[in-house]
Amino acid sequence: MQSNETILKVNHLKINFNTYAGTVKAIRDVSFDLKKGETLAIVGESGSGKTVTTRSIMGLLANNAVVEGGSIQFHGKDVLKMSQKDLEGLRGAKIAQIFQDPMTSLDPTMRIGRQIAEPLMVHRGVKKEKAMSQALEMMKLVGITDAENRINDYPHQFSGGMRQRIVIAIALINYPEILIADEPTTALDVTIQAQILNLMRELQDKISTSIIFITHDLGVVAGMADRVAVMYAGKIVEYGTVDEIFYNPKHPYTWGLLSSMPTLDTHSEELASIPGTPPDLLDPPKGDAFAPRNPYALKIDTEKQPPFFKVSNTHYAATWLLHPDAPQVTPPKQIIERQKKFAEMQREAAAKNQHHQIEEEEEQQ
Amino acid sequence: MELDNAKKVLEVRHLKQYFNVGKRDEVKAVDDISFDIYEGETFGLVGESGSGKTTTGRAIIHLYRPTSGSIKFNGQEIIGLKDHQKMQQFRRDMQMIFQDPYASLNPRMKVKDIVAEGIDINHLAKSDADRSKQVADLLATVGLNRDHASRYPHEFSGGQRQRIGIARALAVQPKFIIADEPISALDVSIQAQVVNLLKKLQRERKLTYLFIAHDLSMVKYISDRIGVMHYGRMLEVGTSDEVYNHPLHDYTRSLLSAVPVPDPEFERTRTQIKYDPKYEDGSKKRELVEIVPHHFVQCSQDEIPMYRERAEKMGLSVKELG
Repeated sequence: MQSNETILKVNHLKINFNTYAGTVKAIRDVSFDLKKGETLAIVGESGSGKTVTTRSIMGLLANNAVVEGGSIQFHGKDVLKMSQKDLEGLRGAKIAQIFQDPMTSLDPTMRIGRQIAEPLMVHRGVKKEKAMSQALEMMKLVGITDAENRINDYPHQFSGGMRQRIVIAIALINYPEILIADEPTTALDVTIQAQILNLMRELQDKISTSIIFITHDLGVVAGMADRVAVMYAGKIVEYGTVDEIFYNPKHPYTWGLLSSMPTLDTHSEELASIPGTPPDLLDPPKGDAFAPRNPYALKIDTEKQPPFFKVSNTHYAATWLLHPDAPQVTPPKQIIERQKKFAEMQREAAAKNQHHQIEEEEEQQ
Repeated sequence: MELDNAKKVLEVRHLKQYFNVGKRDEVKAVDDISFDIYEGETFGLVGESGSGKTTTGRAIIHLYRPTSGSIKFNGQEIIGLKDHQKMQQFRRDMQMIFQDPYASLNPRMKVKDIVAEGIDINHLAKSDADRSKQVADLLATVGLNRDHASRYPHEFSGGQRQRIGIARALAVQPKFIIADEPISALDVSIQAQVVNLLKKLQRERKLTYLFIAHDLSMVKYISDRIGVMHYGRMLEVGTSDEVYNHPLHDYTRSLLSAVPVPDPEFERTRTQIKYDPKYEDGSKKRELVEIVPHHFVQCSQDEIPMYRERAEKMGLSVKELG
């Protein structure tokens, strides 16, 4: 399912927005890559830049956005330099997007069969009849019951969960190489959310698309992602495999996020919370943007932005705490519990196969 | 909490809230629910959208005129209450915090006037200076400062606005607060701040909360007892530990099995339980029955043995039949 072939590479992306109040530095040097067949989750608070990042991949930035630097390589071509015409060939064909709100992302005046078939007709030049029969297949695939009779219904005749299935059907009809899912289940109830997430996992197996999954819900990330990138104030602060981020997080912001979410077992009198609010990106702070909210902040955090420090081959974190000269700090209690579990998992994995690389990682613990 | 000796502040009996009564599109938003809320506790109401949890809250605080049933607050029947003074006292004692901090504050009013509106209506301030002082105290209580009083809502972030909404609710010294999804519009890191604030206020002011939310982990964390709603009916009521650790109704089990947990290992092995609403069809009369002490399940007479057996299998001591 997953391979090592990189299909998308984002390099040092910087995006500003010109507003009447000044220049908002929304994306401040973001780099990541996406491998074929994997799910990369981007997590972060509102305003951290996760949506802007993916909109730039789709070439859907607002008029007041200025790409200040960087590139987005897709099959060796820079998406940021493509003409409108090339972008139109990309959107909905090679890269598709599922938006957050299924209530507003469908055309209320168009029958759903037609909406699902449209990308086929536009991008592949498929004749209407054939496109409609493929649309019907897709409706069945995404689990719309009684598809034959409902193909000519309008969006308002469907529930929220069913509408999101229709949106997914539209996004997947051209078997895109990349699917960008921007908070696809945030507007849905938990039971419906679980169905939609299962559906996305199944479909990913079937058509081996890569997914960029944007969300603020760490529970959803734990179930969906292969790799996770944590964003804060326009930067990626930590990235790694899903196990590395959830069981061996290194950045204090990731610690804060993980411990401020109660699980069904949380009993403590007070939730760990991250004090304060995110910084104003009109005038981003000089050093680490998280420093003012970070109880573990060092003096250097207010002066110099931390580079990425390597934790493992797949795991990097931008915090001065990982510098060899940094003082040893004790993470929050919940994080220590998670790290214990990580150490245990690593021991089990090491016991299973005597691969030397895993032993090396354990030594680092 | 010791439930046997606790004082009931709110008693809801057979509450029905229908819309468009008698018309073709009649909606039974809340259909015959009964529950109690004890003094000083947090009662969590969970359910999916359309389950009637918000309508229940709004019917209790009298934003709607309930179709039928009884709501007693401190022993006083609220439905059909004609006495103006008693009604005003009730409106002081019970306050609400709304879901959307962007829509629930009047954009053309300054923060001090938003917070002091209840003070003015109830004539709680002796002078202008007293009013300003009360507003400043309230803002300090919710973690804002007095400079914020002369600003407008749009100058605040979501978390700060929700704090303003909380200050407004506290202004009239209520005893009971209905919080309708107070954190779902906020970011994760801010949610914890607001939840901690609500818990702190509850300790300091001995408040009773009705906490309505769809985020099950947060409800579990904040609530002492929980009611699970579906299709306008209350399916299960119990202490939050009981309901989460030993769910008896199939719907509760299905709902809990769908909650995403920030633990990849758990997520990899999770199985979702499908729900078949056969225990809710209209053919039988069903009411809440106490299966385990203080743990109620909606069932018909002939379903009781099944739930008792289910509880026994979980190692619970079922309530004596009597």
